[in-house]
Amino acid sequence: MMSVGAPKGLPSSGQKPITEMIHPLSAVEEPLSPAPEVTVSAGGDKDTGLTNGTPVETSSPASVSSLFNRLQLDDDLDGDASTETKDLFVTVDDPKKHVSTMETYITYRVSTKTTRVEFDLPEYCVRRRYQDFDWLRLKLEDSQPTHLIPPLPEKFVMKGVVDRFSEEFVETRMKALDKFVKRVADHPVLSFNPHFNSFLTAKDLNKRQGLALLTKVGESVKYVAGGYKLRARPAEYASMGDYLDTFSGKLGTMDRIAQRIVKEQSEYLTELREYGTVYSSWASAEEELQRPLEGVAGSVSTCCRALEDLSENISQDFLPVLREYVLYIESMKNVLRKRDQCQAEYEGRLEAAVLRRQEDRTPIPAEVEKCQDKVECFNADLKADWERWQRNKRQDFKQILTGMADKNISYYEKCQSAWESLITVLQDKQTEDKTSETN
Amino acid sequence: MMADSGTDCGSTEEVAVIGNTDISSTEAENNLRNTMVEKGASLLKKLEMNVSEAEKRTGKNSVNMQETYTVYLIETRPADSGSDGSTPVPDMLWRRYSEFELLRTYLLVTYPFVIIPPLPEKRAEFVWHKLSADNLDPDFVERRRVGLENFLLRVASHPLLSNDKIFFLFLTDEKGWRDAVLETGFQDKVDSRLKSLSASFRVKNPDKRFTALKQYSDELNAAISQLLRIRARVADRLYGVYKVHGNYGRVFSEWSAIEKEMGDGLQSAGHHMDTYAASIDDILEEEEHYADQLKEYLFYTEAVRSVCRKHELIQYELESAALDLTYKKQQREELATGTVRVFSLKGMTSKLFGQESQEQREQKLTLLEQDIKEGEELLKEKNQECHEFVQSAWKDIERFKEQKDRDLREALISYAIMQISMCKKGIQVWSNAKECFSKM
Repeated sequence: MMSVGAPKGLPSSGQKPITEMIHPLSAVEEPLSPAPEVTVSAGGDKDTGLTNGTPVETSSPASVSSLFNRLQLDDDLDGDASTETKDLFVTVDDPKKHVSTMETYITYRVSTKTTRVEFDLPEYCVRRRYQDFDWLRLKLEDSQPTHLIPPLPEKFVMKGVVDRFSEEFVETRMKALDKFVKRVADHPVLSFNPHFNSFLTAKDLNKRQGLALLTKVGESVKYVAGGYKLRARPAEYASMGDYLDTFSGKLGTMDRIAQRIVKEQSEYLTELREYGTVYSSWASAEEELQRPLEGVAGSVSTCCRALEDLSENISQDFLPVLREYVLYIESMKNVLRKRDQCQAEYEGRLEAAVLRRQEDRTPIPAEVEKCQDKVECFNADLKADWERWQRNKRQDFKQILTGMADKNISYYEKCQSAWESLITVLQDKQTEDKTSETN
Repeated sequence: MMADSGTDCGSTEEVAVIGNTDISSTEAENNLRNTMVEKGASLLKKLEMNVSEAEKRTGKNSVNMQETYTVYLIETRPADSGSDGSTPVPDMLWRRYSEFELLRTYLLVTYPFVIIPPLPEKRAEFVWHKLSADNLDPDFVERRRVGLENFLLRVASHPLLSNDKIFFLFLTDEKGWRDAVLETGFQDKVDSRLKSLSASFRVKNPDKRFTALKQYSDELNAAISQLLRIRARVADRLYGVYKVHGNYGRVFSEWSAIEKEMGDGLQSAGHHMDTYAASIDDILEEEEHYADQLKEYLFYTEAVRSVCRKHELIQYELESAALDLTYKKQQREELATGTVRVFSLKGMTSKLFGQESQEQREQKLTLLEQDIKEGEELLKEKNQECHEFVQSAWKDIERFKEQKDRDLREALISYAIMQISMCKKGIQVWSNAKECFSKM
């Protein structure tokens, strides 16, 4: 039940609502109930249930209150979810290849440790393939449309260009999948999603997957239909959009730079290898100089190996994160669009309802209030997710950039030590000669 | 300038060898110079010399056309300082590259059994793309100045060459030198030397040592050429790697503009990326010094080769003289005994058309005896010449081998030092960047 009263302005959304609503986050008056609540009157609620009747959480009090709790705690901390509140740990590892008559595919082990009551057992261990992660993501997007869902690594890879079963590819993909589940697990709302629960615990996901197709069709229709146009995107969301566009551009640029570096390093490596062999072949023509020349060849060789490691790191650790954030940005832009739609719908309905009331005193239907509720919840969720995303982004980029610096330092350290040990050898011989001469 | 030899046995105490890695290339140069004084001969111990400056001049050349060329200032001064302890004023004169070439040609011809030190290259070769191949480019001129100085020091430290009068005049008499060198008449020998270098003849009993030396010289030449070629390609690629990082500088700066907390860290990190990208220019410029050291020995191989060729020529002449003598002796025998052992047209015709008269035969015999006597003298001469040549040449070759091993080892050490310096710079820059990132 929702109370109706005098209009209450919400500074953040910049709207002028006609009906007052209790801000979902300001006070929790409804009794907490674990079951999804959105019970509505018989009039037109096609949009809040699946075609098979399973209710969908949009902003159930349970999730709201826990969101409230989480937000309070998160505000105090600088950075990601503190270990104090963390009670769900998920890891993706152990890739295995499966060969059947129909297809070949990879599965990953998904291990869960938790103290949450929503889980029957404290530990779980299941095997999932990419399809399953994809299913999960779709379910999350559909069931939590007001939230930013973390991205998955690219689904399709060009056959013949990329080897889907190469160690490198599987390793990179697995790391991205691990990041994905960790992000979901760390999210105060998404982590409680029952689909996520199924994903982590169910022995056999296959049955549930059938629903995905139906859901997908049903839900995507929801936001396309209506055709409401937003008149003005509130400033704060507009600036979010601008930021995302610019940031996406910078990421693209960095991706290109990193790829170019890898290419230049590869070409340098090719020449360097040949360079080393020339010293070796020269050494074979010399007597006194044989050892020094072989020494140089050896040092060059060490540098080559160090360079290989550096390039590999860029490809495997740096570039994937850049690409992941590009996908993340797309996701976020999507959520912003949905928010706009939601607001547009509310404003549209409100306008129509107001006109009606002016004409024939028809009261504002409950639907409209529900719309306002939706918008405000959406805004709150989005803002919370935006903050979280900004924090994570800062952490992630701090990490990969620091990592890049570390790898470069390590590369130069390896090279330096290779040349220093050569000098020791060369100079020892010199002092040997000198002492024998003066004697 | 002539510091005490820094490479004495004090360095046996150097356990912390890493300390030596801070040695700069100028110090390495001094080490080389000091070694030359130690090992070298009279002149360098008495006379200090250096090529201190280079200047552009314009003038008319031999075909009366305007040309721009560079002259180099040679300074000389007695090694001992003046009685009052002051440094005496140096003597100075200007020389251009072609004069150095003339001096070298004179030395080549006059001392064919000596491995004559090479001049720096006439035109820039083995250039990596950013470096100018222009002869008037200041960096090239500078490196050439160093090379010319090196040449003079090498000649001045050679036991034989340093005592050469013409060399002394080259250093001290700006105007009169040219006449003096032409007066020696060395130019007559130039043609024959060129002929000997290009001629193809086969020696029947080649001296194994010289054969081995020629082969080694060819191998060294091939190895160093290849090395210089690939080094230039490596330099090109390395340049590319460093410069691309400069793009990070720009994008970090742009990105920092849209960030709040991350902005400062990104901006400063961007500056470090720019520094990194810029650092490669100096690094590669310094590496040219290493390339020059290798080039000197590349050109040295040509000098070695020409000594081997000269020996071959002498050997060939010796063998020819011996062969000629043998043939004449056989002829005498034939004439004396009337038997034809060796087929000859004369022999055949006399058989066909009748014997010569006794008188004619005795005339021929006398002439032949004369020939044989001359031939024996010639053979003796040639033998002597060959023997002396081999002795002197081999002495110089041994000296050269030691010098080569020493110098190239030094070159490798200084190359390793350069690499270490480059690594240290890299670590510094990335550590700075890392600090900026951690403050993001």
